[in-house]
Amino acid sequence: MLEVNGLVKRFGGFTAVNNVSFRVDQGEILGLIGPNGSGKSTIFNMLSGTLAPTSGSILFAGHEIAGLAPHRIINSGIGRTFQIPRPFRRLSIFENVALAGFYGQGRPSRVRAEEAAERSLAMVGLPTDRHASVDGLGAAGLKKLELAKALATAPKLLLADESLGGLDEAEMDQAADMLRNIRDELGITIIWVEHIMGVLMRVVDRVMVLDHGEKISEGLPSAVAGDPRVIEVYLGTDAETTQAAAAEARRRAGG
Amino acid sequence: MMGQGRLAAWGTGLAALIALPFVYRDPYHLHILVLILIWSFAYTSWSMMGRFGLVSLGHGGFMGIGAYVTALLWNHLGLSPWIGIPVSMVAAGILALIVGYPCFRFRITGHYFVLVTLALSGIVLQVITATRDYTGGSLGYTPNRTSGNKLLALQFDDKTTWYLIALGIWLFGIVVWHWVDRSMARYALEAISEDEDAAAAAGVDVTAEKLKITLLSALMTALAGAIYCQYQMFITPDTVSGIAVSLQMVFAAIVGGLFVSLGPTVGAIITILLAETLRIGFGTRAVGWDNLVYGVLLVLFIIFLPKGILGSLLDRLKPQRKVPRAHEQEAVQIARPGT
Repeated sequence: MLEVNGLVKRFGGFTAVNNVSFRVDQGEILGLIGPNGSGKSTIFNMLSGTLAPTSGSILFAGHEIAGLAPHRIINSGIGRTFQIPRPFRRLSIFENVALAGFYGQGRPSRVRAEEAAERSLAMVGLPTDRHASVDGLGAAGLKKLELAKALATAPKLLLADESLGGLDEAEMDQAADMLRNIRDELGITIIWVEHIMGVLMRVVDRVMVLDHGEKISEGLPSAVAGDPRVIEVYLGTDAETTQAAAAEARRRAGG
Repeated sequence: MMGQGRLAAWGTGLAALIALPFVYRDPYHLHILVLILIWSFAYTSWSMMGRFGLVSLGHGGFMGIGAYVTALLWNHLGLSPWIGIPVSMVAAGILALIVGYPCFRFRITGHYFVLVTLALSGIVLQVITATRDYTGGSLGYTPNRTSGNKLLALQFDDKTTWYLIALGIWLFGIVVWHWVDRSMARYALEAISEDEDAAAAAGVDVTAEKLKITLLSALMTALAGAIYCQYQMFITPDTVSGIAVSLQMVFAAIVGGLFVSLGPTVGAIITILLAETLRIGFGTRAVGWDNLVYGVLLVLFIIFLPKGILGSLLDRLKPQRKVPRAHEQEAVQIARPGT
């Protein structure tokens, strides 16, 4: 579904992403993890067109999309959320999502856009009331709104920049379940970016680990969590989480 | 969207406005009304962009092009304003695209966008002044009186005809305002005005949407300039073009209310009445005073009444325009289960 080859992004003399290649198969949830500044968000920004790659190719459904304008990429079937929610506060919750339903799907009729908005809001569990204001939403609600906006664009591939930091444990689990539901019920392929490993490891099919802009490991969650290079990267910062995740992944693989 | 009551109110008001010149014939008052209607249309055209944070100080340029191109084509080539006006609008539209495209493509926003448009205003003014052999320069320009068909020349002597034309143009502006307000394009432009990247991630072609509204706004402003020229039969660079005219548009739209359809109209009533009062009360001693008053009022309004007179008034009258409380609480509850 998505095939990335030799992706490079330089900002002046700084190489944010260095020669990263990977592929995502239809119906899969790929986890993308790495410490802060490892290049995860830069990769996302290139996949969604916010940044143009310095070099490399991004094939989506057989078409080269590297360097295309964001709205073209969104219209070709890639939806994205932002790590820090970016709602439009001058629009109601419903209008936020209807906007994405209209422009994200290449401007179908208004009725179809509004139907898409209702479906997406129901999927993430937000009210479908037309006038409810964004100001009434808390941190978790804003993340749901981000997700609803992305879903309304009818993506085949969802780029979920789901920093779960700031959410409590129940909310994290809920967010993880929601991503799995989106895949299971809507058949949407997902790339999930996160820097906390624990929750992610339970949901994803495969994991790719980045450090300093390079891919250092890739594979099943159980294998990756046991990879010494990954443990080294996370050691000192998040070692306990890594080991807990590894244990859990092993349990899951065994059971 | 529009309730029966509101539609009835609009209908009644409009019928009264149409009937007015047949009942009340004082030429001076009708003249003031025609000016208010034409300028209302110009301010409405400006606010199409302005309400989405696209603050242009270049609209004096579009208005000047509308007025001068129409008059020049008539005097030099004998082209009827029926052709001249569309040509002038196309000219203003092309200029809007030439200036707008690089601005939007390379993300020149906020203060920098204002500065670019300010330069546009200045350039058009300079061109009109510099080509004085054709345009009469700062002394002004008069379209030739027709000796033939008045309809073809779009020249009428009676105020009633002009009042009805101005009313029609004004109504057209209000209708377009509502059309944009109820379109999906409004969502897109509101989104763009808040966060261009997030709007693009929702699938919006940011450059194209901004260009479209800019084009629409420029075309309408040029039409306002041309109609003003045909009515007054005398134009100077200072009255239809340049930075002063642009500033006046900003002032009127903000004072009246940027986010309501009749806001710019309220702004026009205030600016025209102010200018006339100063002119009659103080005569030539008060030349330029209106600009001073505009400046002071603009600062006061931006600080204390950013929604303008009409906008604030409507908010007062209808507090339920805000999000209803019950919905707000419901949203919070659904968004944060367990709290």
